[in-house]
Amino acid sequence: MTTEPTETIGLLAGSRPRQRRERVIRWFFLSAAATSILISAAIVLSLAGEAWTFISNVELASLTDIGWFPRRGAYDIGTIVVGTLLVAGIAMLVAAPLGLGAAIYLSEYADRRLRKVLKPALEILAGIPSVVLGYFALTFITPELLRRIFGSEVAGFNMLAAGVGVGILTIPLVASITEDSLRAVPNSLREASYGLGASRMRTSLRVVFPAAVSGVVASLIVAFSRAIGETMVVAIAAGAQGGSLFSVNALQPGQTMTAAMASLAIGSDRVRGADFAFQSLFFVGLLLFTMTLTLNVISERFVRRVRQRY
Amino acid sequence: MSQEREGVREMPTTETTRAAQDGGSRSGFGEQTHDRPLASRRMEVPDDKARIDDLNEHPVVIDVRDLNVFYGDFHAVKGVALQIRQNEITALIGPSGCGKSTVLRCFNRMNDLIDIARVEGEVLYHGVNLYDTAVDPIEVRRHVGMVFQKPNPFPKSIYDNISFGPRIAGYKGNMDDLVEQSLLRAALWDEVKDKLKESAYALSGGQQQRLCIARAIATNPDVVLMDEPCSALDPIATLRIEELMQELKADYTIIIVTHNMQQAARVSDRTAFFNVQVNEKGQRTGHLVEFGETGRIFTNPIEKATEDYITGRFG
Amino acid sequence: MAITTPRAYAPDAVRRVLQRKKRDVRGRTFHVGLVATLLTSVAILVILMVDVVLDSLTVWETRSLGSFLTSQLSADPAVAGIAQALYGSIVLMIFTIAIAFPLGISAAIYLEEYARDTRFTRIINANIRNLAGVPSIVYGILGLALFVKALESITGPQVHGRSVISGGFTLGLLVLPIVIITTAEALRAVPGGIREAAYGVGATQWQMIRQHVFPVAAPGILTGTILSIGRAFGEAAPLLMVGGITTFFQAGDASIVEQLQGRFSALPVLVFSWVRFPQDEFRALTAALIIVMLVVLLLINATGIYLRNRYEKDL
Repeated sequence: MTTEPTETIGLLAGSRPRQRRERVIRWFFLSAAATSILISAAIVLSLAGEAWTFISNVELASLTDIGWFPRRGAYDIGTIVVGTLLVAGIAMLVAAPLGLGAAIYLSEYADRRLRKVLKPALEILAGIPSVVLGYFALTFITPELLRRIFGSEVAGFNMLAAGVGVGILTIPLVASITEDSLRAVPNSLREASYGLGASRMRTSLRVVFPAAVSGVVASLIVAFSRAIGETMVVAIAAGAQGGSLFSVNALQPGQTMTAAMASLAIGSDRVRGADFAFQSLFFVGLLLFTMTLTLNVISERFVRRVRQRY
Repeated sequence: MSQEREGVREMPTTETTRAAQDGGSRSGFGEQTHDRPLASRRMEVPDDKARIDDLNEHPVVIDVRDLNVFYGDFHAVKGVALQIRQNEITALIGPSGCGKSTVLRCFNRMNDLIDIARVEGEVLYHGVNLYDTAVDPIEVRRHVGMVFQKPNPFPKSIYDNISFGPRIAGYKGNMDDLVEQSLLRAALWDEVKDKLKESAYALSGGQQQRLCIARAIATNPDVVLMDEPCSALDPIATLRIEELMQELKADYTIIIVTHNMQQAARVSDRTAFFNVQVNEKGQRTGHLVEFGETGRIFTNPIEKATEDYITGRFG
Repeated sequence: MAITTPRAYAPDAVRRVLQRKKRDVRGRTFHVGLVATLLTSVAILVILMVDVVLDSLTVWETRSLGSFLTSQLSADPAVAGIAQALYGSIVLMIFTIAIAFPLGISAAIYLEEYARDTRFTRIINANIRNLAGVPSIVYGILGLALFVKALESITGPQVHGRSVISGGFTLGLLVLPIVIITTAEALRAVPGGIREAAYGVGATQWQMIRQHVFPVAAPGILTGTILSIGRAFGEAAPLLMVGGITTFFQAGDASIVEQLQGRFSALPVLVFSWVRFPQDEFRALTAALIIVMLVVLLLINATGIYLRNRYEKDL
């Protein structure tokens, strides 16, 4: 069957409407993906605008005042930053050993059956909402645990309980990222080590762990970033709703950046943007955003280093 | 009798070459040119053959009695019996899936690392059953070293790679000397003596494998197991390692698994041929077909399966 | 020959060496330590559950579950219930799904199926990863600035924009990066052969995606998105920022639109509110509320896993 060349081209040319439709569909999906950039831009804009209003109008002296009492015009950034670092630091003291230990055990010691039973436990822990941990910190950790150890020194609201609560929240994060890095270490290295007569502990600590160290560092950085950004545990268990004096005593109430923002937002029906308490919220938000973004970017560098090696 | 032996000793070079040509050459490069240097080396040591039969010179180091390996319910290796002699190179050959690597790993208890692996039978090392419950596998591995198929140096410096084994064994002597000795014996010292602190990953594939050999002998083992040590290397690197093996056998007992028949013929004193049986369920069980002096195996095999394999009819 | 020392190979000597299982104290302690860390985490989980259940007992003793679920907020602990919060959470989840699923799945389809590896694509991917790591309270600030303040006319003029619409949109944005990432993973897991086969019979790209890739990836996408609902369900911080109410309010017989544009609460927000009341009865009420929350979460996650298993079996 012979066809004229023009007919053949007609056969193969395809349908215009269909091609147009395909293009439209592609643009539709592209714009969906592009909204993510819009969201980032929106976050930065919404923070920057009011933050600038705050910083340009407020007296600089009040930034190093006695404490963080936004409704009274005392905006000591140091108080809330130190509070954040203190709580996050305590959280890491809890999460790092428990998370790393669990990861090493699951990766190097546990057999298949044990992993099937124990891993879900960590996943369940990961799914517990932070308000529940806040409740637990306030009603159990403080009275049953901390008071038993430290006695009556411990205030009803204190940063130590909040730190422990945040730490518990973060254990699964440390464990899962670390375990992934450990399992990414090729088995041939383990075989080489065992072949030389190394024990399991030696192999885990001297061969596998050093090979996976970038991933471990990444997990700790991500966990720290998460701890810094955690709000509800502190809001519930660390007290200090209205504000706080500068304090490094973990057994006493304190204020973190996140809880400060929360308390500003809750009470802000009364404060109608008249003075700068409301704007301070955005300033602190910008500060927090910058800190977590920096940490996350740094941790990505470490993850990339792991991928490069293997 | 020695006349026969001479005859047998001469023939391996030409017979294996012919056999290889008949069945399809495996190594694919200058079979003739390659074989000659080693052949002439062999003939320069006329009483090699006498040594082989002298039990005082080459006592049995590992005596395998009715070895069976199971993975769960699956019978992977069936009824193996052979004897490894000191200061000899014993080759385990056979088609893929015949269990030769599994058997090799029984000699240093590496199968322990697999959850579902179960070993039955006896592996007598200098008369002591390695699978006796009182035996510590970690201790076994300090006396029976291993070199793996793909070079696997640690992501550490060359120096630290070598010193790892002795250090965990509690070596208190001069580590610098020990590292130098190990690298000398592995024929790698000259190439790396100025960069001991550099990463092992900077070495070429062949160099890495010699590093792994140096690492394995640094713990002063008695037996060195090699699981297809040259299969990931180019022909020149392969040749160097084969030469190295010949030097090392003066001080160590070497057991090598190889899928390259010509290599086994070139290098080993004794050869064990394994084959695989497929049962009704499609499961593949490995077993030992024939075991004996390399020369005889390759020129005068007793079993038909052996002859079929070495003439390239399967595998 | 410095590193090879003559060895005594009498079986007794060998046995002594091999059985020299040093009481590996450090190794054993390490092992125990590791188990302890894992068990501690499990113990924390168990203690938490038990504590919450015990705290809530007085509520179950004095009231029925139904009354607890359907009573409205009140200052009197004897009659206070979680009705508005439960309703609020449900509405919020519907909004979250409506916003995050279509947008997130579409974005993931673009990134995995259409996008070429250009700078633009890499920026979008990095951006999404960063968004996933932004603290939830910052999303609350975004919601405050955008939905509460700027879009006040849509989101609820009566309440200065602090309505469940604002809350729903905010949570939708919060969960969006997670939906994108899990959907992208599910799409990536689809074997390339399926795409090639579809193209091979002349399908357009959209036909291939809709009829071939998507059905295969659907179970994974479903699971990922359901798990992200679980995450949104437990969030309180962003809701506090956009006006989730921590005091009392009456859910009257207003119309649907008025209700959506009115004050709202949610289960996690209610936890925050109740936990701050000093009375013991509110302590018990909070515990009961937490149990309801955890049960709902369990149902959500179980549904996700069940659906995944069911659809994976059909394939």
